[in-house]
Amino acid sequence: MLEKALKGSKKYYGWIAALLAVIGVGFACYLWQFQFGLGITGMSRDVSWGFYIAQFTFLVGVAASAVMVVLPYYLHNYKAFGRITILGEFLAVASVTMCILFIFVDLGQPTRVFNVLLHPTPNSVLFWDMIVLNGYLFLNIIIGWNVLEAERNNVAPPSWLKPLIYLSIPWAVSIHTVTAFLYCGLPGRGFWLTAILAPRFLSSAFAAGPAFLILLCMLVRKLTKFDPGREQIQSLAKVVAYAICINVFFFLCEVFVVFYSRIPEHMDHLVYLFAGLHGHNALVPWMWASMILMVVSIILLVNPATRKNETTLVAACITVFIGTWIDKGLGMISGGFVPNPLHHVTEYVPTIPELAISIGVWAIGFLVLTALFKIAVSIKEEVSGVS
Amino acid sequence: MEESSRRTFLKLAGFSALGLGAKPVLDAFASSGGEQSKPMVMKGADALKAKRWALVIDTRKFESEKDLEPMIEVCHKIHNVPKLANKRHEIKWIWTEEFKHIFSTQTHAFLNDRVKHLPFLTLCNHCEKPACVRACPTKATFKREDGIVLMDFHRCIGCRFCMAACPYGSRSFNFRDPRPFIKETNLKFPTRMKGVVEKCNFCAERLAVGKVPACVEVSKGALAFGDLEDSKSKVRELLSSNFTIRRKPALGAGPSVFYIV
Ligand code: SF4
Ligand code: SF4
Repeated sequence: MLEKALKGSKKYYGWIAALLAVIGVGFACYLWQFQFGLGITGMSRDVSWGFYIAQFTFLVGVAASAVMVVLPYYLHNYKAFGRITILGEFLAVASVTMCILFIFVDLGQPTRVFNVLLHPTPNSVLFWDMIVLNGYLFLNIIIGWNVLEAERNNVAPPSWLKPLIYLSIPWAVSIHTVTAFLYCGLPGRGFWLTAILAPRFLSSAFAAGPAFLILLCMLVRKLTKFDPGREQIQSLAKVVAYAICINVFFFLCEVFVVFYSRIPEHMDHLVYLFAGLHGHNALVPWMWASMILMVVSIILLVNPATRKNETTLVAACITVFIGTWIDKGLGMISGGFVPNPLHHVTEYVPTIPELAISIGVWAIGFLVLTALFKIAVSIKEEVSGVS
Repeated sequence: MEESSRRTFLKLAGFSALGLGAKPVLDAFASSGGEQSKPMVMKGADALKAKRWALVIDTRKFESEKDLEPMIEVCHKIHNVPKLANKRHEIKWIWTEEFKHIFSTQTHAFLNDRVKHLPFLTLCNHCEKPACVRACPTKATFKREDGIVLMDFHRCIGCRFCMAACPYGSRSFNFRDPRPFIKETNLKFPTRMKGVVEKCNFCAERLAVGKVPACVEVSKGALAFGDLEDSKSKVRELLSSNFTIRRKPALGAGPSVFYIV
């Protein structure tokens, strides 16, 4: 089936070439970072994780959200999603690939990465994160590939695949839970030290991921002869609507606990993010923008008229995606480091090379996504005889 | 069995290394693989030993930053700690903080003037339950039998999970090659490469040859180092005759650094 990714229109090749160019720039910057050290980034002794780890966190969510199409189809026999499970699974593959790359580019001594395997350390959450992420990647590759192959040959998927599919459902939840546990078990970081962190991660993931999938479905419909289907898109829209509401609700729960209890170690981070602390306020406009975007998206998604109208639905999905991205991909990580454990305020701003490397990793993700979607869509066209 | 025979071997190797080179060999086995090849500083015959090392800092004996400089200087000098101008990339093992920062959870607006303006020595607490050790995915950070939390610079992958985990801000990361920023390299202690984390090691390399930590040595009696489990040790004596505090007691990390205020 791989050959399908190699045959395409001029536009397709143009897009691939553009992605490769972006990847090239990112790679060049990475070589610079490899040579100089992480000093070329905006990270510091006080804010020791930055943009890379934040992208990783956000993308784990997008990856986990594949479960939102897999679960209704396989557990509730919701037939309509049968058409798009493959898209969800391939989106997961591309996202996990990016996650692993973001962890990798964040390492100070990347050539020693296999020390994690050579000296397995079960008390470290990072060890478990490595296991669940790689496991999830393999599950989705195996499942997606075999289901697609069966579809192409017009036979039922092999029976040994079923247990793996069922396994992939709790596994999806586990990747984002373990990722939240990276942060919420740390004793000195009041911003993350909350049991609502994993649920918050999951809810924002189940909003951002399916929102992105809706946008992809519409793109596929526009660019190819395969139509993922209006019903499918509408069902996903309901998932996004519920998830974004729950996400904002969880956030408000956190806000209540923090500000009613008034415990400074928990409160100061939120104050920093939303009002600024000791005159430092780089993230304030971003965080408010994130809140406004989420509220706007709730209005657009809960209201049936705007949800059912595909133009406003696209707007809603874009607002959800950007809103949750700012929340997790920008505020969530550096917010936890400011103020530092000694109550000093050091702000974090990513540098140009750091952004170039990040965009490069995103481009690799899009390259994987493009190739996989191309394969999936070509097979779908072939099967339905429209190609 | 295995474990203890290995230990004996390591100790013997330590003796012979002492005989040959007359200096402790830091972690010769780290890269030879295997769970049991835990890195350790091999101890010589006159090594100082304890069940749990602890430091008591008598802050009443200090008045200004100047009184603390010698301790910081000697530590950073013998441990090849670089001096980087860029604050973001700063490496420090021991430094000073005001009360409101080092004891951020215990401060209030009406501290007396002495405490309010006094600089306090700040360093790794060699916690009884170290969050950094819990978080490290490679065991590059580990706790030794005598309570000292150590780093294996050759195993660290630079993920910085330990830095996020430490609730005391004790750890530094080499954002770039530190070597050009070391004024005078002490050849008896390893320098670090870019991309690894480092922190105070309670002078494990000095204890191995029977010397107290360098900061204690130059402190003119203001710092006391000893075994917390030995009721007759100097630190226990100080703890029983003075009121002492530790940083962030509510976290239950069990710091081994005590402050007489
Ligand atoms: S103070 Fe920080 S670095 Fe030192 S042992 Fe405790 S947690 Fe680890
Ligand atoms: S940076 Fe090094 S010492 Fe710290 S957690 Fe990672 S591997 Fe362990």
